[in-house]
Amino acid sequence: MSLAVSAPLAGSFLEPVFDSQRAFRAAMDALAHPGVVQPAGHGLPDTPLPAAAAALVLALCDYETPLFLGPSIETLPGTAAYLRFHSDAMLVTDPAMAAFAVIDLVRDGLDLAVFAQGTPEYPDRSTTVIALSPGLTDGPPLTFSGPGIAATATLQVAGLPAGFAQQWRANRAAFPLGVDIIFATSDAIIGLPRSARLSKDER
Amino acid sequence: MAAFARARTSELAEPVARLWPDLAARDLRAPEIGLVMLRGRIGGDGAAFNLGEATVTRAVVEIKGGYRGYGQRLGREPATARLAAVADALWQNEQERARVEAEIVTPVTRRLAAESLQAKSEAAATKVDFFTLVRGESEP
Amino acid sequence: MYVAVKGGERAIANAHRMLADKRRGDRAVDEIGVDQIREQLALAVDRVMSEGSLYDRDLAALAIKQARGDLIEAIFLVRAYRTTLPRFGFSEPLETADMLISRRISATYKDLPGGQILGPTFDYTHRLLDFALAAESETMPPATSPVDPAETMTRVTDIIAGEDLIENNPQPADGQPVGDLTRDPLAFPADRDLRLQNLARGDEGFLLALGYSTQRGYGRNHPFVGEIRVGEVEVEMLIPDLGFAAPLGVIAVTECQMVNQFKGSKTEPPRFTRGYGLGFGHCERKAMSMALVDRALRAQEFGEERKGPAQDEEFVLSHSDNVQATGFVEHLKLPHYVDFQAETSMLRLMRAANARQAGLPPAEAAE
Repeated sequence: MSLAVSAPLAGSFLEPVFDSQRAFRAAMDALAHPGVVQPAGHGLPDTPLPAAAAALVLALCDYETPLFLGPSIETLPGTAAYLRFHSDAMLVTDPAMAAFAVIDLVRDGLDLAVFAQGTPEYPDRSTTVIALSPGLTDGPPLTFSGPGIAATATLQVAGLPAGFAQQWRANRAAFPLGVDIIFATSDAIIGLPRSARLSKDER
Repeated sequence: MAAFARARTSELAEPVARLWPDLAARDLRAPEIGLVMLRGRIGGDGAAFNLGEATVTRAVVEIKGGYRGYGQRLGREPATARLAAVADALWQNEQERARVEAEIVTPVTRRLAAESLQAKSEAAATKVDFFTLVRGESEP
Repeated sequence: MYVAVKGGERAIANAHRMLADKRRGDRAVDEIGVDQIREQLALAVDRVMSEGSLYDRDLAALAIKQARGDLIEAIFLVRAYRTTLPRFGFSEPLETADMLISRRISATYKDLPGGQILGPTFDYTHRLLDFALAAESETMPPATSPVDPAETMTRVTDIIAGEDLIENNPQPADGQPVGDLTRDPLAFPADRDLRLQNLARGDEGFLLALGYSTQRGYGRNHPFVGEIRVGEVEVEMLIPDLGFAAPLGVIAVTECQMVNQFKGSKTEPPRFTRGYGLGFGHCERKAMSMALVDRALRAQEFGEERKGPAQDEEFVLSHSDNVQATGFVEHLKLPHYVDFQAETSMLRLMRAANARQAGLPPAEAAE
């Protein structure tokens, strides 16, 4: 009838309602205050991928959500099954179809152009990229301005690919289209919405 | 699984407590109440359309040996949905399957068959027996 | 224009307390139980489920109790509740051909396989008030008759279709998503899947009036009741982890297949056309009305002149939902103090201007 013995499966949120609301709140704050580190990943003591990223997927995706996993995430043991089971999300192989994507900056690289950019009628139908980073405060500094930023915000995400500044300028140029990024580690996230503008002197 | 979905709470709780008192089932998906969109077919056999939703409770458990059970039932009964998942997990274990069949599946299936027969018998009593009015010929 | 107004909290709290008191009524009379509503006002429960678009008998019964029997208010409560729940997915399409039937009638064939099953019907009652029900009475259990296990109840439309005398239903197109007006706002023209979803949730009274209007000539489509069937169907849902559709239980539904005016063309032989109705529980008036309106809304598809309201999809689909309708009608109760003040000032200015032209003293005209 059903599958008999399956591979072990890690648990979901300890307190599904409160933990998913905290994750939602963290994501909202991260995108409302670009560049400000938000603690995240509560209630997930045992996940196959960094908890803050897992929490976002479990809180934000459901059976109608196309989810793209970067090659390193897809092959991380138990991860695809874990995310699918606990979020119900539809796994898609084409990043341009994805509402959300989880990628590892270091292992998978980052090419913003491959993701869904939204349409002029529905700019919200773009991909929100959840990008795993080795650290949110120890990378080379990049200075941004824009909505939600008082003067300027300095992002120090580690693991960004060479040429990220050009990619981001192209992403910003397409506004209101374009992707939003949430960088994640095991216990924190930082948001970079498409509205954030890179300072002129950054390269 | 149909039997687990339609069992009364007692039809699951009683045999599980009696036969597997020390069963430790781990929640992979704690019982959760939600909705399922019910679909009909255009004209009864055509393409689907969305008719309306129903409440559903689902649960997934894992028991010793790594057997995973899925419970999903119409309505809002978290404990019962979890029991359905437990029964499904036990059924996955070939050593337990015969007991699950004998103690849960068979009694539920039998009750459902009796209820279905009763419903059909009641409907049959309201079936119209048309008789043709005399048309001037002599009746046999 | 709306203005935030503070105050009235005590009045509101006391009004709600008074509502609770009126709901309870005379304390010397037993309080009605939700289980009593579920069991003994089952058709009200069915209506709340259909139009609330949520199959859950206990919730519908609770809503009826809370709404003091105001079914549109109860429907509103159920609609509000459903928004608090996550959706897990969608079912496999219900197979009404496999229904466990409690009622099944056809107006097109007297002798049909399985026969005419009257079931629990108000038809053939004399509509005389039964004062015995006002006293407590013993109700007899239903009669039973032996069941012929070999007898099947083929759908009447399948019988007609077997002779190729009725149009085929549209088959699913590959990759074509099923429209869902709870997810995407309704746009016109709407496909038949969206129209049927809208009608299934639509107000019974509105659909009944529209269906009736088609019979009176406002979009005539010459209907026959091919079949009404009432009973239980199984619900299954695909569980992606398992890779198969798991049974979830059974629900009661009513299906109405209207057989309508035939159509043909140079290339197609004439065939009867269809109107389809389906609803939760026992709701045959609703299902019949839905089937009439479904067929009326297909006017354009059949090249019929659209001259009745029931054939105007924008009119029908935009006004069928009683929760939307009651929201917009009842919002007129909200404070419109400033709008009204603006209009009153405007009126006074106009009258003053008129008075000046007529040479009257201004005080008289403008109070």
